[in-house]
Amino acid sequence: MTATTTTLPRERPGTWTRFGRNQLAVGGGLILAAIALLALAAPLLPLPDPNATDLANRLAPMFSAGHLLGADQLGRDMLSRIVWGTRVSLAVGLIAAITAAIIGSTIGIVAGFCGRWVDAVLMRAIDMLMAFPYLLLALAIVAALGPGLLNALFAISIVNIPFFARAVRGVTVGLKRRDYVAAARLSGQGNLTILTGEILPNLLPVIVITFSTTLGWMILETAGLSFLGLGAQPPQADLGSMLGEGRSLLLVAPHIALIPGLVILLVVIGINLVGDGIRDLVDPRLASGGLVRPGPATAVAPNALRQRTGEPAVPDAILSVRNLKTHFLLNEERYKAVDDVSFDLRPGECLGIVGESGSGKSVTALSLLGLVPTPPGVIVGGSILYRGQELLGLPLPKLQELRGNRIAFIFQDPLGTLNPLMTVGEQIAETITRHQGITHAEAMTLATGLMDRVRIPHARERASAYPHELSGGQRQRIGIAMALANDPDIVIADEPTTALDVTIQAEVLKLLQDLRRERDTALLFITHDFGVVSELCDRVMVMYAGRIVETGTTAEVLRDPRHPYTRRLMACVPVLGQPERGLDAIPGLPPAVNRLPPGCHFADRCDRVIDRCRIGSIPLEDLGPGRSSRCIRAFEP
Amino acid sequence: MLSYALRRLAMIVPVLLGISVIVFLIMAMIPGDPALAILGSFATPENTAQLRQDLGLDRPLIEQYVVWLGNLLQGDFGRSYSLNRPVLDEVIERLGPTLLLAGASLILCTILGLAAGVVSAVRQYGWQDKALTLAVLVGLSTPSFWLGLILVLIFSVGLRWFPVSGMYAIYGGGGLTDLLHHLVLPAVTLAVVATGVIARLTRSTMLEVLRQDFVRTARAKGLTERTVILRHALRNALVNIVPIIGIQTGFVLGGAVYIETVFQWPGIGRMLVTAISTRDILLVQGGVLVVAACYVLINLAADLIQHMLDPRIGT
Repeated sequence: MTATTTTLPRERPGTWTRFGRNQLAVGGGLILAAIALLALAAPLLPLPDPNATDLANRLAPMFSAGHLLGADQLGRDMLSRIVWGTRVSLAVGLIAAITAAIIGSTIGIVAGFCGRWVDAVLMRAIDMLMAFPYLLLALAIVAALGPGLLNALFAISIVNIPFFARAVRGVTVGLKRRDYVAAARLSGQGNLTILTGEILPNLLPVIVITFSTTLGWMILETAGLSFLGLGAQPPQADLGSMLGEGRSLLLVAPHIALIPGLVILLVVIGINLVGDGIRDLVDPRLASGGLVRPGPATAVAPNALRQRTGEPAVPDAILSVRNLKTHFLLNEERYKAVDDVSFDLRPGECLGIVGESGSGKSVTALSLLGLVPTPPGVIVGGSILYRGQELLGLPLPKLQELRGNRIAFIFQDPLGTLNPLMTVGEQIAETITRHQGITHAEAMTLATGLMDRVRIPHARERASAYPHELSGGQRQRIGIAMALANDPDIVIADEPTTALDVTIQAEVLKLLQDLRRERDTALLFITHDFGVVSELCDRVMVMYAGRIVETGTTAEVLRDPRHPYTRRLMACVPVLGQPERGLDAIPGLPPAVNRLPPGCHFADRCDRVIDRCRIGSIPLEDLGPGRSSRCIRAFEP
Repeated sequence: MLSYALRRLAMIVPVLLGISVIVFLIMAMIPGDPALAILGSFATPENTAQLRQDLGLDRPLIEQYVVWLGNLLQGDFGRSYSLNRPVLDEVIERLGPTLLLAGASLILCTILGLAAGVVSAVRQYGWQDKALTLAVLVGLSTPSFWLGLILVLIFSVGLRWFPVSGMYAIYGGGGLTDLLHHLVLPAVTLAVVATGVIARLTRSTMLEVLRQDFVRTARAKGLTERTVILRHALRNALVNIVPIIGIQTGFVLGGAVYIETVFQWPGIGRMLVTAISTRDILLVQGGVLVVAACYVLINLAADLIQHMLDPRIGT
């Protein structure tokens, strides 16, 4: 394979293209452009003099002859006054915003770049300005300088300086630590060159964002000051002062006050729409649609329900999964996270699902109760039978009845998976009251009992602790207590020991083992560690790239692995007393599950690969009862 | 908690001092003779000379500030020349109606903003979300003084549901129901913009919280969506929303200036506007200082509430 045949990554659409796709932003831009164009063209338009009084036509209603928008109390043409007033309002708002941007950004850059006492002094001063209610500070300034459009502009500008100063300072401080600034400094460039050459260009996005968010306010507030009679003074008129003058005529001729207000509304909506569009462009997290909320249950594709195989479940199994397919649909790409996975779980049995991260083992487990986030996850096919009841497509309330009750989860990372604002006792009790319909006090007693069972010392006191007040091992025990709270038939444990150190890991495993024996609970244990598997599991299922590659009893698989991947995984486990044994990390990376090559998915990393491995699809070969391998060389020694 | 509250209380002292410095500096910007500005254009030369001496305007700026601050601390905010009464008396009398109006608005915008934000987040990209997002955008862009006029036209003049203006009916008014009746329109008008801000923030915060692992845990426990969203997600989101509600009171207190003018509400905002047009500088200064101090206290309260909500914030 030569470099020329490498496929190029798809090109990211250009900034303008992406902005163009945002219909709201484009709409806002059009509104704004139309109004701005009218205002700019005011001297060229065939409009009457906005100040020409004509008492015969005073208070003419809208759509009257010669006055499309009517006339005001002095008979001046409203349309003309609106166009000229918009001109003033836009100009004042823009100048105020530009002034605030220049002064505020300068303060921010100087504070961020100089640091130390300069930063401290400037930013404390900015904090003081922010300690005032926004408009009140502007009023105080106008009070000191006296009413007038220029003073209003000045006041509004000052009160917006802090927004620029804070945003720009934050980014400057961040930029200063970057490598290229340090490099420029080392190459002997002066402060000024670094500022203009390296820092200023990188500040533009944040200045533009702040500008687009504050411009709307500034136009609103300058109009507001004029409305109060503190801005534009007659005969000068902006939209705000027209609204203020028209207020006294509200009952006689409402259009005189209402039309200017409507124009302000349109201008500000336009600005805000464009501003939101710009923000979405600049903030990549929003642009990629990353902030999508997962739904209450994984979506099940409609034809998945129709395609059920109807294959009978193993009679003594409590859980039978058949041909489960969970895919992620992201950016028009399909990631086959779980593909055609089938297994059975019997009461009291422990089944280990083993694989590297990204092998699909967690997604398999989460799919069982619909806990894979949608979007992007969708279950596109298969069947999940719990005691003969199909779980795929089960209505949400029924699913919720089972969750935490008959089938319970223990998650990895016990800090992130517990609610930080609830005491651990409450969090255990909550799942009990939900499913057993007992009072809160009774549930709390049971919760304390459970905490005792999972060997948390001083359970009664610890029950009122918050998750961050416990150690990692204790938090994991809370997770286990929560899962056992309703005496489930099946516990699904997703790498429950990965985040813990070795001694605590052993304790938690022993705890799980004891509880399983005690209650005859079936355990689905997900791990990447064959050492853990050998201690705990009756049977093993090895997954790679979303598929099962080997199954068998733990003893058989450990003694005689029949898939090269299993062999490599087992080689990763350190053995006590054999320090010379190399901890071979498997070379290479698992393939991306959106672009799987034909043939065996492990072929590229396999040391036994032959040409035939890369052709067709490799089936899961039966090697005897409960024993299988997805390797064409499985029968070779 | 108590020690945190005390420490936080101590931290507002420099903020209040800073506010006083800024107000003092702004008043020092007054072009021309401050004594003349304070007394108005009808002052006699003897009066201005007297006042100039009283105010210590011949002294250095820093000394003037210390004297001025000393007077403030003793409750001496000066005398309003246009009302011919002590500034502090007038300000305190006007503070009640403003706090009532702002408080009512704040309750409204918090409830409506949270509700809209939660619904928007839970129904992300659904029609409810789209409708609410649009409504929020329009709300954020609305000049409140204009909205007030429209509401008066519709609900007072047209439907006659609410009074046009004032705080109590002129004849036979005075009860609580009368007050609430007068409060509805101004409070709603004032709440619109802040509702938009809170709704936006609630939506984005909820979206972020709903992606966190403990929400998946709550669902894995079989809790109903209602419990997951209200007890787990919203409560965590509130930790970030409460300080913003505190900051919103600043916009509400400022916006009250317009609303009090539109609805003839006898609060500080209207007092300030009148005082500015009559150049009653001491009255403006007193009003701004007192409202700014209230704002600082409200933000302190928001901080303490946030602290109560989140056990992780150090004590």
